[in-house]
Amino acid sequence: MNTNGGQALIKSLELEGVEVIFGLPGGAILPVYDPILDSPIRHVLVRHEQGAGHMAEGFAHATGRPGVAMVTSGPGATNIVTPLADAYMDSIPMVVITGQVPLPSIGTDAFQECDTVGITRGVTKHNELVTRAEDIPMAIRQAFHIATTGRPGPVLVDIPKDIVDPRNPASAMNWNWPTDADVSSSMPGYKPTTKGHPKKIKEAAALIAVARKPIIYAGGGILKARAAEALRELAELTGIPVVTTLMARGAFPDDHELCLGMPGMHGNYTAVTSIQKSDLLIALGSRFDDRVTGKLDGFAPDAKIIHVDIDPAELGKVRRADVPIVGDCRLVIEEIIKALNALGGPESRMDITPWRQQISAWQELYPLVYEQSIDGDLLKPQYVLEQLRDRSPADTIVASGVGQHQMWTSQYWKFNYPYTWVNSGGLGTMGFSIPAAIGAKVGRPDRTVWAVDGDGCFQMTAQELVTAATERIPVKIALLNNAYLGMVRQWQEMFYGERYSEVYLSPDLPDYVKWAEAMGCVALRVESPDEVGPAIDKANEINDRPVVLEFRTDASEKVFPMVSPGTSNDQIDVGPLQNGLGR
Amino acid sequence: MPPKYHVLSVLVENRAGVLARVSALFARRGYNIYSLAVAPTDDERFSRITVVVDVEQAPLEQVVKQLNKLIHVIKISELDPRDSVERELMLVTVKAPAEVRGQIIELVELFEGRIIDVGRDELALSLDEHPERLDDLEELLRPFGIIDLQRTGRVALPKLERS
Repeated sequence: MNTNGGQALIKSLELEGVEVIFGLPGGAILPVYDPILDSPIRHVLVRHEQGAGHMAEGFAHATGRPGVAMVTSGPGATNIVTPLADAYMDSIPMVVITGQVPLPSIGTDAFQECDTVGITRGVTKHNELVTRAEDIPMAIRQAFHIATTGRPGPVLVDIPKDIVDPRNPASAMNWNWPTDADVSSSMPGYKPTTKGHPKKIKEAAALIAVARKPIIYAGGGILKARAAEALRELAELTGIPVVTTLMARGAFPDDHELCLGMPGMHGNYTAVTSIQKSDLLIALGSRFDDRVTGKLDGFAPDAKIIHVDIDPAELGKVRRADVPIVGDCRLVIEEIIKALNALGGPESRMDITPWRQQISAWQELYPLVYEQSIDGDLLKPQYVLEQLRDRSPADTIVASGVGQHQMWTSQYWKFNYPYTWVNSGGLGTMGFSIPAAIGAKVGRPDRTVWAVDGDGCFQMTAQELVTAATERIPVKIALLNNAYLGMVRQWQEMFYGERYSEVYLSPDLPDYVKWAEAMGCVALRVESPDEVGPAIDKANEINDRPVVLEFRTDASEKVFPMVSPGTSNDQIDVGPLQNGLGR
Repeated sequence: MPPKYHVLSVLVENRAGVLARVSALFARRGYNIYSLAVAPTDDERFSRITVVVDVEQAPLEQVVKQLNKLIHVIKISELDPRDSVERELMLVTVKAPAEVRGQIIELVELFEGRIIDVGRDELALSLDEHPERLDDLEELLRPFGIIDLQRTGRVALPKLERS
């Protein structure tokens, strides 16, 4: 017996290349925190376990490497359930280590005991209760392998205290680091398909060649597969315009002439309508989410579908594909490009110039619009975001919470680089942005990281700014304070006859500037349009502590365009400023 | 047995928690599992779960794909009853006073079942047969007064090729 479970756990994380753990200790995980003192791994001490989970997610979003969080049993574990669910929905590679009560106490309602594996079963790609110290290295290797291969996702490893506590004989073990072969043979049921079926690839190329009105519908899978370059090559080869979903913003540069931006409930007119009118949708790593499709039977009614996804369960789940391809997006796109080239040059494909012209006409007719702020009025959130975009470095990483500010950020930011957009798409987790931005900044300290937050979101996770201040993680927060749960307010205005129920939050309570200062941040309140730019410039110059800019924004501003829930994308509402144009 | 039932044969790793993972995928969609049989295969690293569910074809395909994503699931096949051999075991305790005992014994012999226990006014019997034959015997025994009845849930294997 040359080591113990606690030492082995930390050594395993080191060997997996972990540089940073986001966590918070407690009784059951205590023995694992002792060897951390002697490890090169950085530990970021969070103020709430939910923060640890979202930081790990933000780290993974920004770097592509799995984020790691470590928390104790019981409430520590239940507090990290939301980030697990979030990471599961958005396919974020993450490994969460939870402490558990000693094996003999499991099932006895011991102090801080809960059925962690049972609770998290439905929100993890995989989870495991480790029962013997000598199994720890293999469990950690499996966790990282599962989290990062196939469709990425969160994996939880639950570790009882007795097998990591050197004072307990159950923790004694002989060190053995499993080989790659050991890992794959230990999981006979796990073999993700990465290479697309050659016959299907040919069929896809043939469909692309005869399409007159094709659209590439790029999803988050492009980013997960590191396929942004391949996507660009495919688009440029064929001249096919690309929409980038909320999870794929940045996967194709917004300043590219073929980029149409975001489709969906708050997508722009051109992105939404070009999908609707298309005769071929090339879905790459996207999953036909209800926020994209609108009313399903009215979605892209004339389009044939090529659907590429690494998860076989996505194919046919929502919309039947004419050509379903299981595989890694990057590998499949590269094969499709080869197959297209094998068919011949541009003359082997339909001329899509008329389609491109139609799309350009839509873009001209329906750009994103809002009315500028004038002095004395509350700020327009769109104006703030434009200023933030134009005054920050082009490769700034932007994290957002969930709600109106998230949609405006996705609409108004220009994402020209992959891995610069960090948000909670599938689960829609309010409070995501501050901890996610911190995680992103830890992963990419060379980048400027802005969190765009709402006042509702800010109040859910603001305590992590204490973490950021303590750990000298200089994230910047643009707090759009409209004193409301804005998106819910918008729905109540539009669909509940302006009956506002439980959405008012007050602009002054709490005092966000005082609160941010108390947490060790530089804080400024911005109320008039001419203060916006200088405040942002000042924030961008501060690089030794977190900054919070509180912008007082107009609560009556609504997110447009909007496809009302339950309606078809054809019924897109472009908003009062454009209603009646060209139709 | 409702007409739309499907029989899935799921080969899994033989380890703690696997059954919970499998059954949770049905539970979260609100599908009732009609019957369930689990036991190790000839290779004790693996178990076979035979599960009978009452689901339409389309949602079933999605459940099967989701089951396939479970790390501990090795292989899933849907067994069409027309192309499978199916068996189930039933144990029944039935009221059997002297005046009807002969009839019950005759019935059990007809079905090629066995009397496995004898009480003063009761008989316990077993039948391993096709699940529909179990239904038939159950029906015929009911008028005598069934005291206890336990079925195992069906197990199934694909029919062998003959050509």
